[in-house]
Amino acid sequence: MSAVNALPGMAAAAVLSPFLGAAAGLLGTRRLRGGGPPGAIDRSAYRRAAWFAIAPTAVSTVLAVWGLVVYLGNLPPGFTTYAPPHAGTRPPVGAIEGTLSVIGTGAVPIGVGLRVDELAAVIAILVACVALAVQIYSVGYMRDEPRYPSYSSFISLFTSAMLLVVYAGDLLVLYVGWEIMGLCSYLLIGHWWEDRANSRAAVKAFLVTRIGDVGFLFGIFTLGLAAGSFRIQVVLEKVPEMSTGTLVAATMLLLLGVAGKSAQVPLHTWLPDAMAGPTPISALIHAATMVAAGIFVVARLYPAFLGARPTLDLLAIMASLGMLGAALAALAQDDLKRVLAYSTISQLAYMAGALAAGSDQAAIFHLVSHGAFKALLFLGAGAVIHVVGSNLMSDMGGLRRSMTVTFPAMTIGFAALMGLPPASGFFSKDAVLAAIEHAAASAAPLTDAAAWLLYGCALLTVAVTGAYATRAWLRTFFGESRVRHVPLPEPEPGVAHVWDGREAPASMLWPIGVLAVPALLLGFTGIGLIEWSSAAVSLLVALLGAGAVYAAWRADPMADPARVLGPLRVPCERAFYVDAVYHRLFVAPVLWLARVVARTDDTVVDGAVRGSGRLAVDVSGLLRRAQTGNAQLYLTGILAGVLIIVIGTVVLG
Amino acid sequence: MSAVLIGLLAVPLVGAAILVLVPGPSRWPWYGPAVSGVTLVLALALAASFDYGRAARPQFELDRPWIPGLDLRFHLGIDGISLPLVVLTALLTFLCFLYLVRHKPDGDRFRALVFTLLVLEVGMVGTFLALDLLLFFVFFEIVLVPMYFVIAVWGGGGRRAAAVKFILYTLLGSAVLLLGLLLVWANTGTLDMVRLAQQHGAGMSRGVQILAFLAIGLGLAVKAPMWPLHTWLPAAHTEAPTVGSVLLAGVLLKMGTYGFARIAIPVAPEGAAVLAPWLGAFAAVGIVYGSLACLAQRDLKRMIAYSSVGHMGFVLLGLATLTPVGMNAALFGNVAHGLITGLLFFVAGGIKERYGTADMSRLGGGMLARLPYVGSLLTFACVASLGLPGLAGFWGEMLALLGAFQPAPGLSRPLFLVFMAAGGLGTVLTAAYFLRMLSRVTHGRPTALTALPDEGPYEPEETGEVTPAGAAGDVTPAGAAGEVTRPGAPGEVPPPRAALRDVTAYELAAWTPLVILTLALGLWPKALLAVTDPVVQAFLGAR
Repeated sequence: MSAVNALPGMAAAAVLSPFLGAAAGLLGTRRLRGGGPPGAIDRSAYRRAAWFAIAPTAVSTVLAVWGLVVYLGNLPPGFTTYAPPHAGTRPPVGAIEGTLSVIGTGAVPIGVGLRVDELAAVIAILVACVALAVQIYSVGYMRDEPRYPSYSSFISLFTSAMLLVVYAGDLLVLYVGWEIMGLCSYLLIGHWWEDRANSRAAVKAFLVTRIGDVGFLFGIFTLGLAAGSFRIQVVLEKVPEMSTGTLVAATMLLLLGVAGKSAQVPLHTWLPDAMAGPTPISALIHAATMVAAGIFVVARLYPAFLGARPTLDLLAIMASLGMLGAALAALAQDDLKRVLAYSTISQLAYMAGALAAGSDQAAIFHLVSHGAFKALLFLGAGAVIHVVGSNLMSDMGGLRRSMTVTFPAMTIGFAALMGLPPASGFFSKDAVLAAIEHAAASAAPLTDAAAWLLYGCALLTVAVTGAYATRAWLRTFFGESRVRHVPLPEPEPGVAHVWDGREAPASMLWPIGVLAVPALLLGFTGIGLIEWSSAAVSLLVALLGAGAVYAAWRADPMADPARVLGPLRVPCERAFYVDAVYHRLFVAPVLWLARVVARTDDTVVDGAVRGSGRLAVDVSGLLRRAQTGNAQLYLTGILAGVLIIVIGTVVLG
Repeated sequence: MSAVLIGLLAVPLVGAAILVLVPGPSRWPWYGPAVSGVTLVLALALAASFDYGRAARPQFELDRPWIPGLDLRFHLGIDGISLPLVVLTALLTFLCFLYLVRHKPDGDRFRALVFTLLVLEVGMVGTFLALDLLLFFVFFEIVLVPMYFVIAVWGGGGRRAAAVKFILYTLLGSAVLLLGLLLVWANTGTLDMVRLAQQHGAGMSRGVQILAFLAIGLGLAVKAPMWPLHTWLPAAHTEAPTVGSVLLAGVLLKMGTYGFARIAIPVAPEGAAVLAPWLGAFAAVGIVYGSLACLAQRDLKRMIAYSSVGHMGFVLLGLATLTPVGMNAALFGNVAHGLITGLLFFVAGGIKERYGTADMSRLGGGMLARLPYVGSLLTFACVASLGLPGLAGFWGEMLALLGAFQPAPGLSRPLFLVFMAAGGLGTVLTAAYFLRMLSRVTHGRPTALTALPDEGPYEPEETGEVTPAGAAGDVTPAGAAGEVTRPGAPGEVPPPRAALRDVTAYELAAWTPLVILTLALGLWPKALLAVTDPVVQAFLGAR
């Protein structure tokens, strides 16, 4: 059992290793701009930065895998990893915890500690593996980027923060990692800050998630004070003793943070804009890992959510709106990365739906497989975009002949996204659908209306997913080439690298190829969760959507199949004008209020001060009248005063 | 060891006296850093020999009769809540002197500036060491005079008005504070803070306690500053020279909130209980109001000044909860705000020195390209200030909100939940204005600095293309140190037309300790909480 006791230490090492890598990358590599003329690349610093980036992440990956192996090797006998979703939640398996120190705050103490259980061990592997793939991919992708060291260091910092979230044994420790992830997301979206649009997207991402995070923090307070501890173990143990009101309040507040981080309705608007960041970042942070943190947290605190039915209903409604709306928006986008971004929102909504339907396993299963295939899709999209020199699908087409590695890999990714067998998405999406179906059939844990809404939206979304995945696949790889070799919009001139060759460099292709394996095969680990009847239905629905798009495309390969949407197309493309509405409702009034406050502060509040100052001066001016400098007048005054006093004493005395 | 306490006051005082009596040392640029360095070493020695096991009790106490006829005593001592602030004061003063070695503000009377700052240090350290109410008041007042001169002599264009506003405002506050202190004295017959704190208000009727808390609190609230008594702050900060802003934000504001924790709440607990909702309400309004005001500011230094209103709102909110966690939050927030806002003002001062203006629209964008180090440090300071977990600013804010989530028994919980929500809104707005500023100033392509004729006769420098940034990045900090020209101050000396220089060695030396401490306290908040918690528990223990 000694290996088990070493698990928290191992988790700590996995968290700290990329953190140290980030520190080394930021401090140990001189700014590339320093040497030579602007734009010149210091190759030795670049290599150093690459080592600082890759080696610690590799260490974390090894530790994460080893952690799962040790953990599973020591499971109590008779425990099965996967149980059918309708079996309800499993009894919690003992987590191995280690606490470094307890910080007394004066109220509920904070325990600086880590915790390894099955959930943490599995997600940690996902995070570390995708991070490693992205770090390797970035070496080629950012080859001519002068700020590569800071870029890779921020990825390392992000990896560390995400692993901290995953392994956290205390809710406030989790929150620390949660916010640092948000910062890294901000810094990396704004990596090419020369462009104002990127800067705006970064600020938007941080602020929108921060709104959610405030609610999240208050949710943590509610749970922590109700349990008398922020330790996750204690909180979970105390859940049965908490009142329903407490649980509903806490989970609703937590849900705000979840919606922000996982880009769920109504806080989803930042994610499509976040695609302004470099593509590997979109793969890592905005598809595979950080945006999944919200789902992870719900699964982490699942007993609390199960005790709060209204929250689950709300989650179901949010998920229903999000999955269908985002899928429709994805169908109308022309920017390949934005298609994938909306698809991410939609897929995350699937996971949220599974959670609402009472199956955390299906949600986590889909989270892991989605992490693999969406990272694959983004990395492939990155390769495509850099060959083509444009994000827009109207500039692509016919790439299947030239991109001999990327094409099959992305085909696997799209198949997984649509849920075609035997790709991983088929199994995980069906686990989700089966869970939702069960929730609709039985009365628990959702109310009927919410459950049926969720089920209907989920099935519709399967069709739309099939449609937009097919559209993207066809528009990118088939038909005639529309490539015009336009200059890249992303990096600075001179930094942009449009390959004249046909494929991306090996350091980019390897991660793509390696990620294709889990995207294809990961599903078989969860084969026990599948229910063939619902699987057949969803497969049929998906093929229906795909077929419709294929038919439209066959009719005219040069035209965009999105025209099947008809009059809905423009609203879909603009994502139903949510951004404009939010701007009207929140941004503009706040800015107006700010101006009013600034003006008020100057005129009213400070004006009162200045006014009282003037008043004092005026009063003293009146008094000054008495100071005429005439000694006779003063003497008269004194005499008069003495006289009054004397008379007063005599009369009153 | 109580000699060290005397030393903390005597070293800067003697250093200042030598400056007056002997003309020599003023020509030695390292005189100020040397004197304040000795003070810092003493403060660190104090911290090293402090008995953390009994942090709740004053240590190294020194209690001598001072004016026997009035029963005034020269009573010094240090405990868990004053120790961090003493070290912070000594550190910030030392860093200011270090910065001054190369970055002298406008005006020739450098010797006078060193003298003024040393006297200021005596007052600041003394305020945190005093354990006698009137002695506290004396030190509290000593601080005002040098700070007035720092603003009025070495400040910017509107320095006179700002300095006058500062001194009148704070003197008015002090008058009310003195009345409150005398009221306590008249009712309890003692000025000994330790005894008063142990009595937990015994000897004073409820009405007297309310009156005492009101008077003392008003006096301290001006200094903190609490909304709506804050309007002296933006003016003072905008006009003060860099070192003045740093010490003003880093130490002077803390004296107000320290006074709440040290005097107002422990001495008049019943008064505190009655007036705490009001304090909390003003704090919550201040948080939101300050953040909103920041969103509309154009001047960088003015924005940071308003951000202090918001941040001190969190400190006051923590105090208003009257809970141990709230008090800890306030004391943590004090130190964190001192470090972070000190750094922010340092960086803003450096920017103003280089660009000749702190007006955001005139700074243009692209600072990260033009001045990568300065831009990065500004980003770091802003991120710390907006309360990112893992950096010092977070813990003070988070614990204050936690305190408001469950205030002391007897206080209305729904009311404090509203305050907490306001505080949460404030954190979002704080992030909004800092990120907006960063986006405007550090992001984008560097643009030519546009000349606006309406603001002073100086000529803005011409840096249209990216090359200056490359050149600036080329200068290694050590190499740049020797050749820094005397900076141009706004309004009088035109800044050099040459490329802007990135961070200098002296700036790095002055700023790095703040960066490191911000990180250290953020990653290991226990270092500070473990020191303050025993005192706080003792203060609130008998309630």
